[in-house]
Amino acid sequence: MSARTNKPHEVVERALELSRADGCVVIADEQSTANLRWAGNALTTNGVTRGRTLTVIATVDGRAGTASGVVSRAAVTADELEPLVRAAEAAARGAGPAEDAQPLVTGVAESPDFTDAPAETSSAVFADFAPALGESFARARAGGRELYGFANHELVSSYLGTSTGLRLRHDQPNGTLELNAKSPDRKRSAWAGRSTRDFKDVDPASLDAELAVRLGWAERRVELPAGRYETLLPPTAVADLLIYQMWSAAARDAAEGRTVFSKPGGGTRLGEKLTELPLTLRSDPNEPGLESAPFVLTHSSGDTASVFDNGLPLAATDWVREGELAHLSTTRHSAGLTGLPVAPTIDNLILDGGADRSLEEMVASTERGLLLTCLWYIREVDPATLLLTGLTRDGVYLVENGQVTGEVNNFRFNESPVDLLGRAVEAGRTEKTLPREWSDWFTRAAMPALRIPDFNMSSVSQGV
Amino acid sequence: MPHEVDQSFLALPLRALADAALARARALGAAHADFRFERVRSAAWRLRDAKPAGSSDTTDLGYAVRVVHGGTWGFASGVDLTMDAAAKVAGQAVAMAKLSAQVIKAAGSDERVELADEPVHAEKTWISSYDIDPFSVPDEEKSGLLADWSSRLLAADGVNHVDASLLTVHENKFYADTAGTVTTQQRVRLHPQLTAVAVDESSGEFDSMRTIAPPVGRGWEYLMGTGWDWESELGRIPELLAEKMRAPSVEAGVYDLVVDPSNLWLTIHESIGHATELDRALGYEAAYAGTSFATFDQLGKLRYGSELMNVTGDRTAEHGLATIGYDDEGVAGQSWDLVKDGTLVGYQLDRRIAKLTGFERSNGCAYADSPGHVPVQRMANVSLQPDPAGMSTEDLIGSVDRGIYVVGDRSWSIDMQRYNFQFTGQRFFRIENGRITGQLRDVAYQATTTDFWGSMAAVGGPGTYVLGGAFNCGKAQPGQVAAVSHGCPSALFKGVNILNTTQEAGR
Repeated sequence: MSARTNKPHEVVERALELSRADGCVVIADEQSTANLRWAGNALTTNGVTRGRTLTVIATVDGRAGTASGVVSRAAVTADELEPLVRAAEAAARGAGPAEDAQPLVTGVAESPDFTDAPAETSSAVFADFAPALGESFARARAGGRELYGFANHELVSSYLGTSTGLRLRHDQPNGTLELNAKSPDRKRSAWAGRSTRDFKDVDPASLDAELAVRLGWAERRVELPAGRYETLLPPTAVADLLIYQMWSAAARDAAEGRTVFSKPGGGTRLGEKLTELPLTLRSDPNEPGLESAPFVLTHSSGDTASVFDNGLPLAATDWVREGELAHLSTTRHSAGLTGLPVAPTIDNLILDGGADRSLEEMVASTERGLLLTCLWYIREVDPATLLLTGLTRDGVYLVENGQVTGEVNNFRFNESPVDLLGRAVEAGRTEKTLPREWSDWFTRAAMPALRIPDFNMSSVSQGV
Repeated sequence: MPHEVDQSFLALPLRALADAALARARALGAAHADFRFERVRSAAWRLRDAKPAGSSDTTDLGYAVRVVHGGTWGFASGVDLTMDAAAKVAGQAVAMAKLSAQVIKAAGSDERVELADEPVHAEKTWISSYDIDPFSVPDEEKSGLLADWSSRLLAADGVNHVDASLLTVHENKFYADTAGTVTTQQRVRLHPQLTAVAVDESSGEFDSMRTIAPPVGRGWEYLMGTGWDWESELGRIPELLAEKMRAPSVEAGVYDLVVDPSNLWLTIHESIGHATELDRALGYEAAYAGTSFATFDQLGKLRYGSELMNVTGDRTAEHGLATIGYDDEGVAGQSWDLVKDGTLVGYQLDRRIAKLTGFERSNGCAYADSPGHVPVQRMANVSLQPDPAGMSTEDLIGSVDRGIYVVGDRSWSIDMQRYNFQFTGQRFFRIENGRITGQLRDVAYQATTTDFWGSMAAVGGPGTYVLGGAFNCGKAQPGQVAAVSHGCPSALFKGVNILNTTQEAGR
């Protein structure tokens, strides 16, 4: 809608009033972003954006079942509202019965701020950060370092209304900072990342100082061949691997025999011990510092989401409990198909249950091993084992007798996160971390470092 | 069939908003300003075992203003279709440029943004080549066709599940800048895909076989058989899948590979396409996608591969996914050499990078995937040229004593400087004494880019050439996706390292 017309909650109400379908779900998303990007100690691009999208999900009952039609449009004006609702209804009539059809959700209390104006971010979020970043550039230049990176802040206010009376609202702030330091010849590289809700808790100067130490570690270079090495995976790397595992944990696929969580002979591996360590992999929309939408908010149906579930309250869910596979993700429909409890995906992921040792303490107790910084270009090689390939990046360090003694070349790895959990011999203290590979889609994670006795470095990468 | 730009797009207040934004940017002292209005409609259908499993129809609409002000970039975007709002967005772009200037000042830098010259293209219209706009086809027809194809596959022995999907995009873009270029464009693209899955419940083994039909810059006619033989491909899949389930696991080692265009396009994309983006080579993607081994000082010197290797960047190929009339900086589409006779001779450029590195002109590689994103240097259709006198795929296979014929893409990964890569595929056929003797399973090939292209011993003829590609090439921060095509013939590579993926998994 234009500024002259209605507020988001009013748009939702109006769309619901216009609906002639048997059921209707309306989601209004108001999005604002601000970002800064830099390379070689200089800003390259920047931007502030405003976006507004209205999604109408119409459901139409028929003799063969209920169909759904989903139509989303940006920047809908008042005149375009009715055509959008009609388009969703036409899409439903043309789609045929939806396999995931369920009664629309009812009985969830209205969000108290449903009628409030959307939250917004702007370049003001960088008011303190931007000058500090500029000073870091100057300090890095003087110290013989080049800084590369990206700072992004986003606020999405989502308003969900349904013909069954739900009126829910969620504001999701999402901030990320990635800082990469390189030597001027670009033969040494180090990285650090942070997730933040408001940029008040990130300090580019301290991150730059941390990276300067790492570039110092890299002044001694050690070439190692491919092979299996005792490896310390830092929290960001653990997050990237376990997020992929989470994305591969659809209950229906497992029950159909086509994932790593399928049991030979039929059924799923639920109840199976995945690791001897007392680790719990869980999601909780109310996790402090990692808060995410406390109800299902989905714009399309898929293997782990159903538009019919919109508004369904989300509860804390253990995916792996004390080392044992406890839940696979389900919609109400796939829960019915598989006979498993309803367990929708939640937009954060936490692994805890390890010891209280920091990564530094784990390094100190390492006789000889590799300390990774992060992983990159992770892709699935074999769904049967959930074998993933990818690369180490921005610093692989050799640890000898409890000390970092130099930097090692990068490697390509071939590993399965499920197998890694089974082979991990130590987990450290859980800490909030930014998953580097998946931070475009998933930023809210808390993980421990893991010690893997025999991580498969499949080949050497010349890349730095 | 010739088309016109959608009247519903032209009816939007494109010029009025552009005039308001550009005038405001000028008044605020911008040395350059460009205005881009985009409407991108994307629709997707998913079927699971021939039943609807989710669909969406999303239209992104809005506009962006980019300025060069005080020697720095500023960018902002908005969605309110009033002249006041457009002028306000231009003001926000200038404000962002001023914020950048503060950071640059604090850093003690003297870097300034300058753009390479480009002729003014006034009042130009360009429309991609297609017959039937997929959005003119009723949804029932689309989902009905996918359901029919799925059902045919499901009815075959050994097929337990079928996943089907169709992505369609209709993209309109209006561009105007302070130099006087004004372009209006329209593109259509689509990507159908079907995957058959076999499950041996007793052993727990499963595998899949996917169509290798590429995504294309065509219309609905593609699904009716123009440009691809769907009947033939769908007819073969159950048999291929059944054979794959019975196939022996590959013995890891060194093999000669005949790589089909359905697989080689992706290797080209990762090891040549991204590696010859000059912004990457200069470090502008260093913190995210990475840099490139093909650094600027090696232009004209780097031995990229064998002398048989000729690679072009092309914005003009008919039905190409990265084919355009004018890019998002008002630069006309072009075709040029990237690798000539095995040597690096060119890069992909935008106007800023062109000016920075001494090129007279950008080759038209600036693109934004939505009105909310800034144009970034983006891949053209990067294609390996066939040998005019080259062999057929059958003859390439016939020239191999012990090797593997690789068909279809699946898994892909390459390091941040584009050296070390690993790819899998859909179908791996064992070659013995010049003949195919059945499929293999658990195959991945792993190499270093220049070693791999240096091992190219034969390039197939024009009859083997296929334009492959993808809808989902990711780059930049904030992340953007772009569609891009890669044409290539079949080609023979000598002595490539093959991994057994079950052994890699420690099994």
